[in-house]
Amino acid sequence: MSSTFDTVANIIAETCDIPRDTIKPESHAINDLGIDSLDFLDIAFAIDKAFGIKLPLEQWTQEVNDGKATTEQYFVLDNLCARIDGLVAAKGA
Amino acid sequence: MRLEYFQLIDRIIELDLDARTVKALAQIPQTSTIFEGHFPGHPLMPGVLLIESMAQTSGWLIMGLTKFERMPFLASVREAKLRTFVSPGQTLALTARIIHEGSGFTITKAAVAVNGKTVADSEITFRVMAFPDPKFRDGMKLVAAAIGFPPMANG
Repeated sequence: MSSTFDTVANIIAETCDIPRDTIKPESHAINDLGIDSLDFLDIAFAIDKAFGIKLPLEQWTQEVNDGKATTEQYFVLDNLCARIDGLVAAKGA
Repeated sequence: MRLEYFQLIDRIIELDLDARTVKALAQIPQTSTIFEGHFPGHPLMPGVLLIESMAQTSGWLIMGLTKFERMPFLASVREAKLRTFVSPGQTLALTARIIHEGSGFTITKAAVAVNGKTVADSEITFRVMAFPDPKFRDGMKLVAAAIGFPPMANG
């Protein structure tokens, strides 16, 4: 069974045509990988499907816009994967 | 179909919010300046307008599901297939269904048929956000009423 990171990295590589070996846990999806908001919708769709969750993108965006969170908290892949794991766990609870 | 107003849907004929599907009809006008250019002596409904008609059909479904609290904006069109020529005067039977509701975006699959045969289909992504202006929402509700949108789904 692949890790959350492997699944997410494969989704990003396939969706955005980014070489898989350049996608690291410490990569920032926007700043390092250059993923824009439209591409991120495709990624969110694939993540939602793969994990059976609904990434709360609107809430995250609002928190960033309000200065309550940084983009690193949501879009560095390690952090993103931790949040996915949390959503998966909450779904099963 | 009021091409000059970019209103490509004439009538919502079925809206099923439980199944998350919609059916609509649209009659392509016999004459339009669009057909004078597309193409001279050989008028054809532009494929981009067929895609737009699928987007508008999907959009009405999304507005119904959100009770007109949110507005869908076209974000991407995937795998659009324009399978055959469509001519002035023909009637389009449009269908759309939701395949995913994400946070701030929705994806549909939509199709256009003429005389029972699919002529176009696509997967369409919308950004879905609050109406930026209440007048905008009211305007969309007026259009909805004019095309037979069920009152119970009209916010």
